[in-house]
Amino acid sequence: MPDAHAPSGIEFSFTDTMKMVQSLARDFAVSEIRPVVVKYDESQEFPFDLVRKMGELGFMGILFPDEYGGAGFGYLEYVVILEELSKIDPSIGLIVAAHNSLCTNHIYRFGNTSQKKEYLPGLCTGRTVGAWALTEPGSGSDAGAMRSTVRREADAFILNGSKAFCTNGSVAGTAVVMAVTDPSKAKKGISAFILEKGMQGFFPSKKENKLGMRASDTSSLTFDNVRIPRGNLLGEEGSGFRQALTILDGGRISIAALALGIAQGALGASVKYSREREQFGKPIGEFQAIQWKLADMATEIEAARLLTLKAAFLKDRGNEVVLESSMAKYYASEAAARATSEAVQIHGGYGFIKEFPVEKLYRDVKLTTIGEGTSEIQKLIIARELLKTF
Amino acid sequence: MNIVVCVNHVPDTETKVKVGPDGKSIDKAGVNYMLSPYDESAVEECLRLKEKNGGQVTAISLGGDANKETLRKVYAMGVDKAILLKDEAPRDSYGVAKALADVIKELSPDVVFFGKQSIDYDDAQVGGLVAEMLGLPSVSVVVKLEIDNGNVRAQREIEGGHETVETRLPAVFTAQKGLNEPRYPSLRGIMQAKSKAIEERVPEPVPPQVEVVAMRKPTAKGAGRIVGTDASAVTELVRLLHEEAKVI
Ligand SMILES: Cc1cc2nc3c(=O)[nH]c(=O)nc-3n(C[C@H](O)[C@H](O)[C@H](O)COP(=O)(O)OP(=O)(O)OC[C@H]3O[C@@H](n4cnc5c(N)ncnc54)[C@H](O)[C@@H]3O)c2cc1C
Repeated sequence: MPDAHAPSGIEFSFTDTMKMVQSLARDFAVSEIRPVVVKYDESQEFPFDLVRKMGELGFMGILFPDEYGGAGFGYLEYVVILEELSKIDPSIGLIVAAHNSLCTNHIYRFGNTSQKKEYLPGLCTGRTVGAWALTEPGSGSDAGAMRSTVRREADAFILNGSKAFCTNGSVAGTAVVMAVTDPSKAKKGISAFILEKGMQGFFPSKKENKLGMRASDTSSLTFDNVRIPRGNLLGEEGSGFRQALTILDGGRISIAALALGIAQGALGASVKYSREREQFGKPIGEFQAIQWKLADMATEIEAARLLTLKAAFLKDRGNEVVLESSMAKYYASEAAARATSEAVQIHGGYGFIKEFPVEKLYRDVKLTTIGEGTSEIQKLIIARELLKTF
Repeated sequence: MNIVVCVNHVPDTETKVKVGPDGKSIDKAGVNYMLSPYDESAVEECLRLKEKNGGQVTAISLGGDANKETLRKVYAMGVDKAILLKDEAPRDSYGVAKALADVIKELSPDVVFFGKQSIDYDDAQVGGLVAEMLGLPSVSVVVKLEIDNGNVRAQREIEGGHETVETRLPAVFTAQKGLNEPRYPSLRGIMQAKSKAIEERVPEPVPPQVEVVAMRKPTAKGAGRIVGTDASAVTELVRLLHEEAKVI
């Protein structure tokens, strides 16, 4: 029972519902994902069976209301789920993140009623996998410099060009694609469209062979005179870039949560190993050099967790979270990169070997300092917000 | 089919349990709790019976407010109604069974399910006691269950094999692991569980039949001993197992 006289405003404990969500995600990750982590990492196949199961449990529609077949939760529960999945396999976390907070969320936030009715039920239940395509071969950090263009015909938009590094790209049934509708207006001439697998001229091209996150599919998309029905324009023409930036504010919380899971997974493995591994007649955890690494990892993870949960909390309240989500993404991903590096170091030679989970976490983590805005870009955003407000 | 399942809220299998300062109960500080795993199988079996035969599943848990967490979990899995028999004081198995039997009697169910034991005190008594108090047949350690028109055919695990028994409903069952693969609660189930009411009742106090006088952790295992590293070690190992450990 909360004490009536206790200061209100900051509540650091999870609600019962968050605890249940956490234990569901943890049980699922340990029982269903862990046994197949190595298989998918080695084969780089897309884990359709896991996605189907996650769809049944509601993980593919975490953030969307019941009427569309979603679970109706907020970003707090979403963060909790992504952390638990990513502790065991971050590439599964990435599949869920790109599907939920990028593709599905874009249609949910900016789609009209008929678009939502048409696309959300399939996405929220995981029957359809979603992808979101902003980056192009020539435009990453400077996403506004995209070259894919759309020409208008009487009854349709005709799309030409290509996208790069699209998560879920080759397996998606539904993709949200940003492209230039009016080159004279620069970023204000960019619009967002819903594409469907099978539209003529729309095909995934190269599937990338990656350092990490290998169960997650990363592909290029090619558009060769794709005829997009007029009804598939999202929101106003020319508002696509603004929409994309809004979606990325939430997306950065996803990457922060992924990083948090990776770091926590690396810490858990390191604490266990420090107790078990003996050198010079004692567990290596008794050496101060190892203790300091563990202490630094744990402290940074706690800070990353607070930043990430705070951004999620504010987002759930409807606040703007440009600053908070960038700080969370920047700090959590860099902290996770440090944590996985130290985790491999603590494991010594065994950390370099695939039998130990830290080897994979060390590879997977690198995406988190790059995807949805590199660390450098996060710092630009943070500084810009500061200079604006002070 | 009117189905009742009794569920217990027990320390998580990963929690390190310590004996409290009184030397006869556990120290609850820092302990995480969970739905007892055998009870989870019981819940799953009840949900399957409902899905097949219609009816409703009522879950009952005896304990403090903390048990609501477990009742919410079974709501999320799909039970229809949850009752908390609110009593923070510790009870022996008889006291637990009496409180449960009083409520179950009122519900006059066709099927009553328990886990074969709770993984906290491991008494493995409550299911049988409740059956006795209600005058119902009891089938324990069930690994397979078929019910057709009130006729029950159940497989029980026995030492080294299985035994098939028959009886008629109403009856009491206790679940062994392997009876089924319990489902995960879905996110939607968890969301819906948030708004479902948990009925609270206060059970009659029952004088204990058994009193706990002491509790201790098992003594730590000593370090192992390496007898040798080549083939000659085998004979020495056999000799030690035979003469010293006297296990072969
Ligand atoms: C596995 C994976 C999945 C991805 N999934 C998706 C997806 O689903 N959808 C999608 O649209 N994109 C996706 N991306 C693309 C990702 O968002 C981009 O890779 C990222 O934004 C960086 O762009 P870039 O690779 O072109 O690097 P560049 O922008 O070329 O950056 C190169 C380097 O220059 C730095 N830099 C650039 N500009 C500045 C500046 N102004 N100041 C200082 N430093 C700067 C960068 O920080 C970086 O270090 C994914 C990428 C990967 C690797």
